Amino acid sequence: MTAAALPADLPQTDPDVVIDVEGLTKKFGERTVVKDLTMQVRRGLIYGFLGPNGSGKTTTIRMLTGLLTPDSGRGTCLGYDILTQSTEIKRHVGYMTQKFSLYTDLSIRENLEFIGRVHGLSDPRGAASEAIARLGLENRASQLAGELSGGWKQRLALGACILPKPDLLLLDEPTAGVDPKARREFWDEIHHLAHDGMTVLVSTHYMDEAERCHEIAYIAYGELLTHGTVDEVVAQSGLATYTVTGRDLSALADQLSKTEGVDQVAPFGSALHISGRDKARLDAAIEALPETEGVEVTPSEPTLEDVFIELMSQSRDNFA
Amino acid sequence: MSAPAEPRAKPGGSFSRFRAVFIKEAIQLRRDRLTFAMMVMIPLMQLLLFGYAINTDPKSLPTAVLQLDDSAFARSFIGAMHATDYFAIEKTVHSEKELDDLFLSGAIQFAVQIPVDFGKKIMRGEKPALLVIADATDPSASGNAIAALQQLPQTVFARDLEGAAAMREGQAPPFELRLHRRYNPAGETRFNIVPGLMGTILTLTMLLFTGLSVTREVERGTMETLLSLPIRPVEIMLGKISPYVVVGAVQMTIILTTSFLLFGVPIVGSLTLLLALTTLFIIANLAVGYTFSTIATSQLQAMQMSFFFFLPSMLLSGFMFPFRGMPVWAQYIGEILPLTHFLRVVRGIMLKGAGLWDLSHDVLALVAFVLVAMGVAVARFRQTLD
Ligand SMILES: Nc1ncnc2c1ncn2[C@@H]1O[C@H](COP(=O)(O)OP(=O)(O)OP(=O)(O)O)[C@@H](O)[C@H]1O
Ligand SMILES: [Mg+2]
Repeated sequence: MTAAALPADLPQTDPDVVIDVEGLTKKFGERTVVKDLTMQVRRGLIYGFLGPNGSGKTTTIRMLTGLLTPDSGRGTCLGYDILTQSTEIKRHVGYMTQKFSLYTDLSIRENLEFIGRVHGLSDPRGAASEAIARLGLENRASQLAGELSGGWKQRLALGACILPKPDLLLLDEPTAGVDPKARREFWDEIHHLAHDGMTVLVSTHYMDEAERCHEIAYIAYGELLTHGTVDEVVAQSGLATYTVTGRDLSALADQLSKTEGVDQVAPFGSALHISGRDKARLDAAIEALPETEGVEVTPSEPTLEDVFIELMSQSRDNFA
Repeated sequence: MSAPAEPRAKPGGSFSRFRAVFIKEAIQLRRDRLTFAMMVMIPLMQLLLFGYAINTDPKSLPTAVLQLDDSAFARSFIGAMHATDYFAIEKTVHSEKELDDLFLSGAIQFAVQIPVDFGKKIMRGEKPALLVIADATDPSASGNAIAALQQLPQTVFARDLEGAAAMREGQAPPFELRLHRRYNPAGETRFNIVPGLMGTILTLTMLLFTGLSVTREVERGTMETLLSLPIRPVEIMLGKISPYVVVGAVQMTIILTTSFLLFGVPIVGSLTLLLALTTLFIIANLAVGYTFSTIATSQLQAMQMSFFFFLPSMLLSGFMFPFRGMPVWAQYIGEILPLTHFLRVVRGIMLKGAGLWDLSHDVLALVAFVLVAMGVAVARFRQTLD
């Protein structure tokens, strides 16, 4: 889309930046739940939103749709001001809530038709049928939404929020509790949608899902700690990692976690993942390991999980 | 089960489980401020209303006089009526048409018609007839007043009559008092109660229908979806109220058919007008219920608020007790309630044959009530989850 094609009443922002917020802060009573959050998401991206429980992901997403009013900060969503134009935002955004929030006493079809009608679609019945077919729910169309299993509820919720063909999807932990196959289908669908030009902001706790995003952001204790592509985030962390293989690793793990310079020790099957913030000191700790038979130490790349756990423990240090 | 578990499950165990539930309930009750307030307010309100507001012997009933004779007799009869305390002479009119209009709009409960040459005829010993008309739609409201009125002929002219026309002990009164019970000549209480019941039944059911509609969305979590959709509070409100207008119309049909077939309550006035204004009343109650549900934070609170509204509606609207028997402050509260106006409307149309114009005051009150309630609901509707 070119700038010239935009309606004249849109604010003068970069048309390729779909979410552009600055200094968002939200308090509940005395507690600051989101702190000075600045974020930009470009059109057509799948943007992963990660962070521990209670870090403020849901709160941030709600502020983007106008469901919560930020205490300070400003920004735009699809070029509309999040403080004053939430009606416009709601017209163009599909929001999938973390907790299933469609009508459990309506059938799948009735729920979808309701959404279609509220959005003023010219043929809500047709749109609902189309969505039902796409979701593979033909046999269950008249089943009550409340009777669906958890995974099917998630699929229905996704179907409902893409029904009006929004420009931006905000998905809050869409795959929590969904089986691996369904999860993959879910992500294939999300990639299809992004390919067709939809922008997707998706919060998740799954590392493999984070790796499927074009860009990610990590938030802890209400603060955005890092963002970028997965590779960038890993590189920025400055973490050094080794993989240790051998027998009787649990004793070794105990020993290593007490060693100076080792910040994380995580068992992965028959291997240990050890990492440290300071490569020199980590190397020194590895050097100092007594030669044990069968134990092998090889340098490796830090995983995203290593990076996040590291970020979390750092921010907790700052927080305390 | 194994032996050691046995003694713990016996009486002590049962008591501690009882205690656990008791403590939990007490904590939850303390958190729920509204329930707490209701526990105090409901008995207090009932006592005050029953104790102070309700008077089954209404006095100072509004009365109009059509005086076609200006003799001393006419004046002293009116004076004597006034002295009973039951009648407040509020209007003096000049034609029967005016009297009829006042009755239809409910402005007066009694009318006295003093015929031409009333005084002269008494002096001549002709026993003229004096007509008193009572609005008998609510027999209990006028019963005592009528009894007091019927004492008057014996005593009223003791001082005015002297000499030849003087009344001796035990002699028949010098004029005839004709009492005309208008609208409900047989004094059937059910003619009054059945239309009133229609109002109370509709109040209760309509309040409950919409009283839960917003809180239910909040409690089930569907509010988050609803708020994330491009829909305005007015649209939500109208969409939620409308289906129940149809439900209310069905109830209305059932009640009207039953009261006609089983209780023989007539519909003197226009059926169309009755249906239209009952629908307005239904909307008024749905609007209050909806307003409550936008204010309440749980379904229980919404129920409590509905009940809190229903109670004065029953007591202060003129349904249970004559409206004019209540002290002025209670009448003011009553004037706010839609049921008060609806009772006047429904009794007016069904029993008196009143038209829209006669009822304009009450109709306007109902319309104003609907608009205010809806305005509050839209303003109170929380469009965010803050
Ligand atoms: N309505 C509210 N009132 C008070 N506190 C709230 C409210 N909503 C959220 N919080 C608090 O704000 C913090 C952030 O919550 P939020 O739901 O945004 O976290 P999250 O990142 O989505 O967590 P999760 O991964 O568990 O879903 C939490 O500590 C929560 O207790
Ligand atoms: Mg969340």
